[in-house]
Amino acid sequence: MAQIFHRSINLYSKASIVAVVLLGGAAFAGLFAFERSPYITYQGVTKPQPVPFSHQHHVAGLGIDCRYCHTTVETSNYASIPPTKTCMNCHSQIWTNAALLEPVRDSYRSGRSLVWSKLNDLPDYVYFNHSIHINKGVGCNTCHGPVDKMPLMYAASTLQMEWCLDCHRAPEKYLRPRDEVFNMEYKQPANGEPVSFDGKDYTDQKTLGMALVAKYHLRNVTDITSCSTCHR
Amino acid sequence: MAPENTKREDTCPGKKKTLDVQSLDAKALDLAAVREEIASTSGPEYWRSLEELAGSDEFREMMHREFPKGASEWLDSFSRRGFLQTMGASLALAGMTACTRQPLEQIVPYVRQPEDMIPGRPQFYASATTLGGYASPVLVESHMGRPTKIEGNPDHPASLGASDIFAQASLLNMYDPDRSQTPVYLGETRSWKNFVDQIRTRMAGQRAVEGEGFRLLTGPISSPTLANQIQALLKMYPKAKWHQYSPLHRDNVLAGSMLAFGQAVETQYRLEAADVILSLDADFLSPSFPGSARYTHDYAARRNPDAAMNRLYVVESVPSPTGVKAEHRLSLRASEVEGFARSLAASLGLGGNAADSHFLRAVADDFKAHAGSCVVIAGEQQSPEVHALAHAINAHLGNVGKTVVYTETVLANPVDQTASLRDLTQDLREKKVDVLVILDANPVYDAPADLNFADVVLNSGAGLRLHYGLHQNETAELCQWHVNAAHSLEAWSDGRTYDGSVCIIQPLIAPLYDGKSAHELVAALMGQSTLTGHDILRSYWQGQAKSADFETWWRKTVHDGFVAGTAHPAKAVTPKAGLPPLKAAAAADASTIEVSFRGDPAIYDGSFANNGWMQELPKPMSKMTWDNPGWIGPAYAARTGLKSEDMVTLEIAGRSVQVPVWIQAGHPDNAITVFLGYGRRRVGRVGNGAGFNLYAVRSSDAPWRTTAKITPLAQTYKLASTQGYQTIETATITRPVIREGSLAEYKKKPNFAQEMEDTPERNVTLYPNVDYSDPNYNKLGYAWGMTVDLGACVGCNACMIACHSENNIPVVGKPQVVVGRHMHWIRVDAYYQGDRDNPSASFQPVPCMQCENAPCELVCPVGATVHSSEGLNDMVYNRCIGTRYCSNNCPYKVRRFNFLLFQDWETPQFKMMRNPDVSIRSRGVMEKCTYCVQRITVARIDSEREERAIRDGEIQTACQQACPSNAIVFGNVNDPQSKVSKLKAQARNYSMLAELNTRPRTTYLAEVRNPNSQLESAEHAGVDSAVEQG
Repeated sequence: MAQIFHRSINLYSKASIVAVVLLGGAAFAGLFAFERSPYITYQGVTKPQPVPFSHQHHVAGLGIDCRYCHTTVETSNYASIPPTKTCMNCHSQIWTNAALLEPVRDSYRSGRSLVWSKLNDLPDYVYFNHSIHINKGVGCNTCHGPVDKMPLMYAASTLQMEWCLDCHRAPEKYLRPRDEVFNMEYKQPANGEPVSFDGKDYTDQKTLGMALVAKYHLRNVTDITSCSTCHR
Repeated sequence: MAPENTKREDTCPGKKKTLDVQSLDAKALDLAAVREEIASTSGPEYWRSLEELAGSDEFREMMHREFPKGASEWLDSFSRRGFLQTMGASLALAGMTACTRQPLEQIVPYVRQPEDMIPGRPQFYASATTLGGYASPVLVESHMGRPTKIEGNPDHPASLGASDIFAQASLLNMYDPDRSQTPVYLGETRSWKNFVDQIRTRMAGQRAVEGEGFRLLTGPISSPTLANQIQALLKMYPKAKWHQYSPLHRDNVLAGSMLAFGQAVETQYRLEAADVILSLDADFLSPSFPGSARYTHDYAARRNPDAAMNRLYVVESVPSPTGVKAEHRLSLRASEVEGFARSLAASLGLGGNAADSHFLRAVADDFKAHAGSCVVIAGEQQSPEVHALAHAINAHLGNVGKTVVYTETVLANPVDQTASLRDLTQDLREKKVDVLVILDANPVYDAPADLNFADVVLNSGAGLRLHYGLHQNETAELCQWHVNAAHSLEAWSDGRTYDGSVCIIQPLIAPLYDGKSAHELVAALMGQSTLTGHDILRSYWQGQAKSADFETWWRKTVHDGFVAGTAHPAKAVTPKAGLPPLKAAAAADASTIEVSFRGDPAIYDGSFANNGWMQELPKPMSKMTWDNPGWIGPAYAARTGLKSEDMVTLEIAGRSVQVPVWIQAGHPDNAITVFLGYGRRRVGRVGNGAGFNLYAVRSSDAPWRTTAKITPLAQTYKLASTQGYQTIETATITRPVIREGSLAEYKKKPNFAQEMEDTPERNVTLYPNVDYSDPNYNKLGYAWGMTVDLGACVGCNACMIACHSENNIPVVGKPQVVVGRHMHWIRVDAYYQGDRDNPSASFQPVPCMQCENAPCELVCPVGATVHSSEGLNDMVYNRCIGTRYCSNNCPYKVRRFNFLLFQDWETPQFKMMRNPDVSIRSRGVMEKCTYCVQRITVARIDSEREERAIRDGEIQTACQQACPSNAIVFGNVNDPQSKVSKLKAQARNYSMLAELNTRPRTTYLAEVRNPNSQLESAEHAGVDSAVEQG
């Protein structure tokens, strides 16, 4: 009886085994990548806002401190979006007729709030607290990125759990002295540009980080990776 | 095989009976067998339900299950095939859940942010809630303008930080989506302005006749401002009449005071000074008793066996938490209590004849030995004579001024409310009424049946009947006008607490439905419809304030929540000489049964009927939810063959009602206790149709006690009692989960509770032994732990409602409770011991034990329940996939599973009510007590920011905070100076199921009782309480 399959089929059958593994792997990898893509995380994506507020202009251009608007960032879990009144502190004096600012003036006149789109949006079962991160020396732009270079605001990080754990498992990689937290120009120490802390110059992040961990009484990794640190 | 089976059944009758439900129930009631069983055991034997005591097979099966039968089965009308299809689809998509995109969310900041408002940090405002006219001082937690939790006001002596179930649950009343939302005229929606216009002409007509046809009906009122307004109203309409009625009135207390002193006085007790307390049917440790939060605190403060302990005797007709706490309890029918009081008065030398009994002699001797430091408390439902006798005994023993204080009344105008309502009915019947204004009362539902209030009001021809209240209830249905009320969290008002001090009620939120306060309505009746409640309150207090700078005084008063220095001073009164005359007792009729009426322990007079938290709250003694069966005693049940859940007809003076019965251990024979407040028709989707309306057989001449003909019906009614659920399996004799001893035993062997324990060595485990004081593991060195003092716990359930409110716990509904799917994170178990007709009992609150060697953690396949470095047994809802392995492995049965989507995700009112600091759990997720980890986190972050350690007592769990007796203490067990460490170091401290080596962080302090040796020996000699009754 003649063989049903030609010899060349052997090659195809072997190739198909490899193909299934490869394709399956690719599909899996695709899903992994998809889950981390900006489509899911909104990383780097701007959202429609009532007023095209430019952090670049207000922070880098005018040099306004973060805390002028985000008043509760040192005391509460929320950093706070400023009330319309805060905008009007200046804009009742300057750019009083700018068409762009009409929604702000309208809000102030009518008493109706401006409705902003939330950019850095954690799931509801995650309880994040700004104040403790500020207090332990996590800089604003460590998480929020170069806000002073953003004409329109977007989320600079994925805010996914692996991203949180990256720091919670080794906080020394990111910490900076408390007085540098709000400094948008801050750079991690390098050989040419040391960072001085507690009367000492540090030339690499590792040693500075360890010094900060000790000085600011950071809890152990076992503590800050306990589930109830963020979930309850 | 077959012959062997037959043989087995023959030799094992118990086994056979599982097939036969009828005979199984009969076995549960086999009293003789139970008595024998008790007699044959030597040590203490504890039981929670009568089924457990009888050792029924049904009970044994339940004990071995993780959840009661039915909880984990799919019993709903959804086919198996359909279920598998859905299941398959959800499994296929299970991996995709992580890919969900976050929905677009918005941020809505203020336009002008209020001062002191920090988004994310709650604010607390002092206010008060009222119940039966008496105010409870509270602090209300507000998250960005939404009140989310009610707690006690620690600065006020009537609360000291504790809050009762009614005060806490009133939060849900405010968010009740079934509240009335507009004024209504003949079923049509109207506006407040339209109402004001309409009423103006009507009231002008009444002005012309000096209010001849004007009647005002209110509940009991302690608000000085409202009372002042009503006085002004009566001045404007001099011929008008003000009636007051509340179904759970204190008429007998008032009548007793009139009988004893010839004037109305308020009786306050100073339990911190009382060495011996006798309750004559007074349930003063239950939250509906005015002042109970303070009384419970003072009572519990004297339960420490290392200091001078008090002793409590309770003579009661209805098993109550107060009776549970008694050292010696005498179970009498309500009609027999007066005889006991007279005998006691006689044996104390007040005259009259004493029917001698052992119990009586012991109490009398104890009283004589403690003259001046003892107290008699009479219950609200007892006759005026009993109250007068209590006053006489207290005066005779020199207790007045020491343990008993008399003051002005708390209610602004105390009247005999039954008589007041009867007058009104009479006037309505005689068509004398043209304008009837019903303020926050519901007489159509709760008036005594013999007044026929519904018919009378319908046929009264009154041109304007106005109902004002939170719901369009039964009374609103029969009124032309209904005005929607503002809840006490939405309006300005005031009220007096049990000691007379005035609390200011301030609004936490603008009225959700534009409701008006009672002040605004009364002002409108006087033609001052533009006045706001705030204006009215302020202008009244402007006249009262004894301060030159009113603004400062007012701001401080509102801030503190009460007007300083307004507590009533003691008043010198002396009881009239001689004892109250004996009333001829009705001849006992063998064919009848004595009926006692009581307010429901959870839904009160029916005003909490639409409150899911309260409906689902297991009532202290029966652990009944969602229903109000009549209680009968085990002896009566044995005699008549009645079983729990059997329906009976009660016939009282020609009116009858059908009600299921419940056999309640400790209930007196030949009596039935029924509870008011259920069977409502028009209250809302939660309360409509739940339970049975007992107002239908209550009459105005015998509001608390009467006799009835009882006829069993060949019908049963399913009840949802959680009493037998979550039963813990242990050797009840050698290592009971509840441990108690007498003071003498304690003095001899302080560690008697620990001696029952068999804790394995710390290293007897295959798992790594964690050292929670190692700074490399746990940097800040906190190890959270809790103690629960069983001696102090009075079973008031305040912790359960506090937990419900704090942790966003869903309400599941009666059918789900029946199958055991209720969600309470903390439960209060009641354990009984001894004779079913007069058992001694104990309460045991059971939250998650936060075991160090937690059995639940080892079996979770996805790591959804894991240990934190501070020793908390964390529950990660977003990881949980619902295998339920953890609850299967929990020996304490404290884990709760969302079998269905129990949480209401849609209703906007409930969204506002939720605590934003706690996740809302969905279907298929396990949940449990977390020691209020959200509060721990806030305190830890605050302390770290301030670079200090968390202070002892800085973190209070919700249950601890609500507890009036300070039975629950939470803190850092690594700190030897913390309060919890000191309690854990006491000899009374023991762990539940320590032999399992779970190392629970929650431990118990064994209860120590202080029995009278005179009675104790008698009880051991077998003197039955029934003998005492003769």
